[in-house]
Amino acid sequence: MATLQLKQVVKEFGDTRVIQGVDLDIEDREFVVFVGPSGCGKSTLLRMIAGLESVSSGDILINDQRMNDVGPAERGLAMVFQSYALYPHMTVEDNMGFSLRLAGVPKAERSAKVREAASILQLEPLLDRKPKALSGGQRQRVAIGRAIVRNPSIFLFDEPLSNLDASLRVQMRIELARLHDELDATMIYVTHDQIEAMTMADKIVVLQGGVIEQVGSPMTLYHHPRNRFVAGFIGSPKMNFLDVEVAEAGARGVSVTLPGGATYEVPVEGSGQTRGTSLELGIRPEHLELDEQGPMEGEIQVLERLGGQTSLYVRMGEVPMTLMVDGDVTHRVHDRVRFGFAPERAHLFDRQGVALASLREHPLASLNRRDNKARADDE
Amino acid sequence: MNKTRVYGRTVGGLRSLSLQAPAVTLLLLWMLVPLGMTLWFSFQRYNLLMPGMSGFAGLENYEYLLTDPALWSAMGNTLLLVGWVLIITVVGGTLLAVLFQQEFLGRGVARVLAISPFFVMPTVSALVWKNMMMHPANGVLAWLANLFGLPAVDWFSSLPLTSIIIIVAWQWLPFALLILLTAIQSLDDDQVEAARMDGAGPIAVFFFITLPHLKRAISVVIMIEMIFLLTIFAEIFVTTSGGPGLATTNLAYLIYIQALLDFDVGTASAGGVIAIILANIVAIFLVRLVAKNLES
Amino acid sequence: MTTPRYKRFLLAVLAWSIAFVIFFPILWMALTGFKTEAAAIADPSLFFSPTFESYVAVHARADYLKFALNSVVVAFGSTLFALLIAIPSAYSMAFLPTPRTKGTLLWMLSTKMLPPVGVLMPIYLLFRDAGLLDTRTGLVIVYTLMNLPIVVWMLYTFFKDLPRDILEAGRMDGASTFQEVRHLLLPLTLPGIASTGLLAVILSWNEAFWSLNLTSSDAAPLTAYIASFSSPEGLFWAKLSAASTMAIAPILVFGWLTQKQMVRGLTFGAVK
Repeated sequence: MATLQLKQVVKEFGDTRVIQGVDLDIEDREFVVFVGPSGCGKSTLLRMIAGLESVSSGDILINDQRMNDVGPAERGLAMVFQSYALYPHMTVEDNMGFSLRLAGVPKAERSAKVREAASILQLEPLLDRKPKALSGGQRQRVAIGRAIVRNPSIFLFDEPLSNLDASLRVQMRIELARLHDELDATMIYVTHDQIEAMTMADKIVVLQGGVIEQVGSPMTLYHHPRNRFVAGFIGSPKMNFLDVEVAEAGARGVSVTLPGGATYEVPVEGSGQTRGTSLELGIRPEHLELDEQGPMEGEIQVLERLGGQTSLYVRMGEVPMTLMVDGDVTHRVHDRVRFGFAPERAHLFDRQGVALASLREHPLASLNRRDNKARADDE
Repeated sequence: MNKTRVYGRTVGGLRSLSLQAPAVTLLLLWMLVPLGMTLWFSFQRYNLLMPGMSGFAGLENYEYLLTDPALWSAMGNTLLLVGWVLIITVVGGTLLAVLFQQEFLGRGVARVLAISPFFVMPTVSALVWKNMMMHPANGVLAWLANLFGLPAVDWFSSLPLTSIIIIVAWQWLPFALLILLTAIQSLDDDQVEAARMDGAGPIAVFFFITLPHLKRAISVVIMIEMIFLLTIFAEIFVTTSGGPGLATTNLAYLIYIQALLDFDVGTASAGGVIAIILANIVAIFLVRLVAKNLES
Repeated sequence: MTTPRYKRFLLAVLAWSIAFVIFFPILWMALTGFKTEAAAIADPSLFFSPTFESYVAVHARADYLKFALNSVVVAFGSTLFALLIAIPSAYSMAFLPTPRTKGTLLWMLSTKMLPPVGVLMPIYLLFRDAGLLDTRTGLVIVYTLMNLPIVVWMLYTFFKDLPRDILEAGRMDGASTFQEVRHLLLPLTLPGIASTGLLAVILSWNEAFWSLNLTSSDAAPLTAYIASFSSPEGLFWAKLSAASTMAIAPILVFGWLTQKQMVRGLTFGAVK
């Protein structure tokens, strides 16, 4: 059982404010991912929760108790470091049991707890080895095992998968999701990789420049990004952005004129928008469709066939566009193609980059990972 | 006891101060007390052999020293010694570093042999050279000269300063080699290979890739050697005792003569102040270089 | 890159010849130590019947052991003190840095730049008045302080290399400062501390300015003992060689063992 609250948390290093007043509620057993570009303050925030970094102002509460002045070991949490931070001179067993040894737990009990954690992660055959003799993936599992042994109410992960190669990363991602299911603990996970965030999180916290840009479920962030930054950060390949002009704003949405002259009516809140206002239209590559009658046209510059899908890098006048289309298209480089999109897939952003609120909520926007699980349990 | 500590800047500040206190205090005393005394003595009439003579001397000691031709000859010798040893060790060290970087059979052992002289105590190296190497009748060099039908050189009588330079260079060449070899190993192989692909021969690689890469290490070698070479003492003490005449008396040896042979504290201290000023001119540059390195 | 065979052979010959020439005086000294005094001053020859005569003679002079013992006590004693004083200091600089840390480090470095000859007079007089002239205690004090900046610097660079994460993981595991030092810092930096210690031993062992000026007989270490061969006794080349070989052999081995780490200490981390 653990909830975590951040109240107006600020961190200053000298004159620079790296965390600028963050408010956040994390519920019990939630898997929360902090995501953002490097330098956005996500690791600092995690380290402040861990107690490795002092809080300049504001409060950190765990289970409604103020933790600002409590030492890291007494906060009831465990951390998995990016570098794994295994003690190189100790065996796997000693690494995992170090916290218990410091706490004066008798040897037999220590060993039993270590073995229990090791069995969860299939580490038993490695217990006598030193970290040097382990592969990257094994080290990673030992680091997680060391955290499990402490039986914390909150797990903290600082970019734990960034030192693994791509296939191992996928494997560990699945393993972590399984662990979360099994251990029933609150987990806070920091990453710069939006795929990790999308796949594992119940709740994603997008950070930039020490400020929370948006908090929400993966599908909320994907379908209803609050601003241009979140829209561009979540989703791969990146969302396309076009300069557009308001043609008309009404109750059913805002009609905008694209650079080529085509007009779309996007179902978003249009109050306050007047004809001639310039806006930015965002449309994800996977939402663009090849269409011989489509209102947009461009020349294919580069074509990447992934098998199931094909990416087209198209030049529409001066504007570069990315399209994610069917794997079986027969187009070639320098072909001219026409394309379009369904208006409800588009997003509109004002000059400050703030999204105009959508009039139709996406049916999956309120879904989170635990709902997936709940449904699986019903079956 | 430390149950509730949080690592913050203010807490860290206090703790680091107390942990550093012993080292800082001792070094501060070790530096300030003798430095202050040297400065004070340098303005005093103070000779241990003439207890009656005392009192403020003003700039007398400096005047005496600066008008003494011995000082200028000692300065000249110091410069010659430092200059030649630097040239020999830096040029030689760079070339040897490139050579010992190549792959060849027994490279590790050859390297160890070549850096060994640096670990030999100065009194031993000076005496081995003076006797077994440079002795005009029984030394190895005389024997070699004889082998080629050349006249033997009486090194310490006819070329005293050169002899000292050879001994000191022999000790410090390995130092330069050791540092530069370490530095050269950090040179990215890809860089050299890229240059080769661009058509650079070994000589071009040396001048355009290796040498620029070694620039900082070379300047470190120069400055550290300078600081040590400015006050070379034991090598002179056990070989020539500064002679013949003043031919091998450098600044350090001159101060030693004033201090522990003539017991003229005032003049010796004035000499000390001059040595400190000279060393500091070099030190400023070295500290700056290290500081820059500390930033990155 | 492939180099032709003959070129590589020439390279090896060249490098080995140079290494041999540089090492020759040491080799020659070692050989001379096994000669008789007569053979020592005869024409150079690699063929001679080796004898331990000189070693026996040097050892027979009871004072050789005294000088050797002085060297050992002074070098290891000063190193021990330097490490004890430097470890807390380097620890705080590496792990609890403050805005002043950099300045302190550079200042320590600058104290090393003070030429010993500049402070010869005051140290001599202070030692005379304190009764420290020609005592091991006196030399230990001087060498401890002489090596302190290098020792702090070297330890600092070794501590700095220890990933911060590991100590933080220890803190998360509940280690107190003492436990952190005992279970993590010391075992992990032991190789670094050892090579720092070895460098300090080497520097103290070979130091010849203070030992020549502050000692005369009782506390004189081997540097000063060897210097005594510069007088008429220097004619006994075989004995000089035997004594010298014994004086430098252990340090030569130390030097070989720590050459890589020494570079760090001698250049204050500017070259790694």
